[in-house]
Amino acid sequence: MKPKTADKIATTFIVFFALLIVAILIGLLGYILVRGLNHISWDFLTSAPQKIRAGGGVGPQLFNSLYLLVLTLLITVPLGLGAGIFMAEYARPGKLTNFIRLIVEVLSSFPSIIVGLFGLLLIVNYFELGFSLISGAIALTFFNLPLMVRITEQAFRTVPKAQKEAGFALGLSKWKIVTSVLLPVALPTIITGTILSAGRVFGEAAALMFTAGMSSPRLNFSDWNPLHANSPLNPFRPAETLAVHIWKINSEGLAPDAIQIAAGASAVLVITVLLFNLLARYFGRLIYRKLTASKRIN
Amino acid sequence: MGTAAAVRESFQTENLSIFYGTYEAVKGISLPFAQNTVTALIGPSGCGKSTFLRSLNRMNDDISGSTTKGSIWIDGVDINAQGTDVIKLRQKIGMVWQKPNPFYKSIYDNIAFGPKYHGIKGKAALDEIVESSLRRAALWDEVKDRLKDSALALSGGQQQRLCIARALSVNPQILLLDEPASALDPVSTGKVEELIKELKEELRIVIVTHNMQQAARISDYTAYFYLGSLVEYDKTEKVFSNPENQMTQEYIMGRFG
Repeated sequence: MKPKTADKIATTFIVFFALLIVAILIGLLGYILVRGLNHISWDFLTSAPQKIRAGGGVGPQLFNSLYLLVLTLLITVPLGLGAGIFMAEYARPGKLTNFIRLIVEVLSSFPSIIVGLFGLLLIVNYFELGFSLISGAIALTFFNLPLMVRITEQAFRTVPKAQKEAGFALGLSKWKIVTSVLLPVALPTIITGTILSAGRVFGEAAALMFTAGMSSPRLNFSDWNPLHANSPLNPFRPAETLAVHIWKINSEGLAPDAIQIAAGASAVLVITVLLFNLLARYFGRLIYRKLTASKRIN
Repeated sequence: MGTAAAVRESFQTENLSIFYGTYEAVKGISLPFAQNTVTALIGPSGCGKSTFLRSLNRMNDDISGSTTKGSIWIDGVDINAQGTDVIKLRQKIGMVWQKPNPFYKSIYDNIAFGPKYHGIKGKAALDEIVESSLRRAALWDEVKDRLKDSALALSGGQQQRLCIARALSVNPQILLLDEPASALDPVSTGKVEELIKELKEELRIVIVTHNMQQAARISDYTAYFYLGSLVEYDKTEKVFSNPENQMTQEYIMGRFG
């Protein structure tokens, strides 16, 4: 075969696969949105669910998902950044470092149901944190940490070595180089990693059923004191997230409009993930530009 | 044993050896670097000249498995000794590499970063350092209207002069240049060479170069390295016109290396 023909065939295949993936994605998104969008209203987004009657909303669940995301990222990002930076910049290459890397990888392939049951035994029961947002956030941290560590490590490793040398030659300390020279360059990749782990927080159900629980107390959205039992901000209250709610009403919903609610909630979930994605990218770019004075991501 | 009494120059190496594992990359080299001079280190690839240069501000510390023996004297202090404050030392010795490596920051921040870290406060003081460093590196007129732009938007030659300005920003006494012009076009190379000649009025410069004409044009002293050993060291005119060693002559004439 002529090289030119081979090249044409290969290009055709690659374009075909790329289009196929786009088509699948649009199909999936379209199906979820078409089925769910007409059920979404301001009332649906803000009101509490109904057990038996029709017309319930997903207000508390939507709030729980977002709040759980914040709590999880508050734990995951500092831990993941710290461990990733350690692996990339401080750990000496050798058996111990490779062992840590292996552990991190094994951790990332844990089935979420196992993480959930482990969280039930250790966090909920043994440490007596009960079914609560904080239990859910810790369980999700087990889950997300490997991804965060890996991506941070890789982000730091791809920064040109000459950047570090330039910093050393100026008489900067290693810590200063890591935080002020390397971190800004690694930031776009780290933000991508954060978005990926955030997506898992929104979508996770199995690990949360046994840790954050499958119910929400009657929330009082005018009480923002995190120490009050009915305050939405109380991290020690049980919290059913949107994904868990979808699973629950699909499998055991009693309301007559359960199917429509599940469809609407799915659409809300998808839109929330999309919005979070776009916002995170936008702010990430803004910070990157501010730190590096560049007009675009290099 | 090396004692301060034996030291003739305020900056010199004494019996400096550098090992990667058991491999001796630099073999017991003693070289003086006089004030207001440019010393060129020449020799075929792998002869140890870059390793030697990097050891002068302890940059080899960060390569695992490398060890150094011998002394590097600066003003009567052996900076190769244990317990040297490497961070303070590197302020005294600036370094510029073959490939320009500006920080991913604005032109202004590239220069102001080091001084700020070392305790210079106030916008006026920093502004002044930025301007004077850029002027000394002959870059000021080209960038003065876009100091807030990314340094990566500059051309290769401008980036390299920015890196020189950055090295100058912390007021070093010594400048180490590792093939600073080999990735640049002829016009930029000319500018960098011009700059080196001007800068030697203020400090001492050690330069590694593969370009014999460049060594002849800009250096006062030349050291010829071969397989980690110092083969010949003398005034540049002497080395280039009438070298002692046959090997030096052949290398300079381009017959090997």
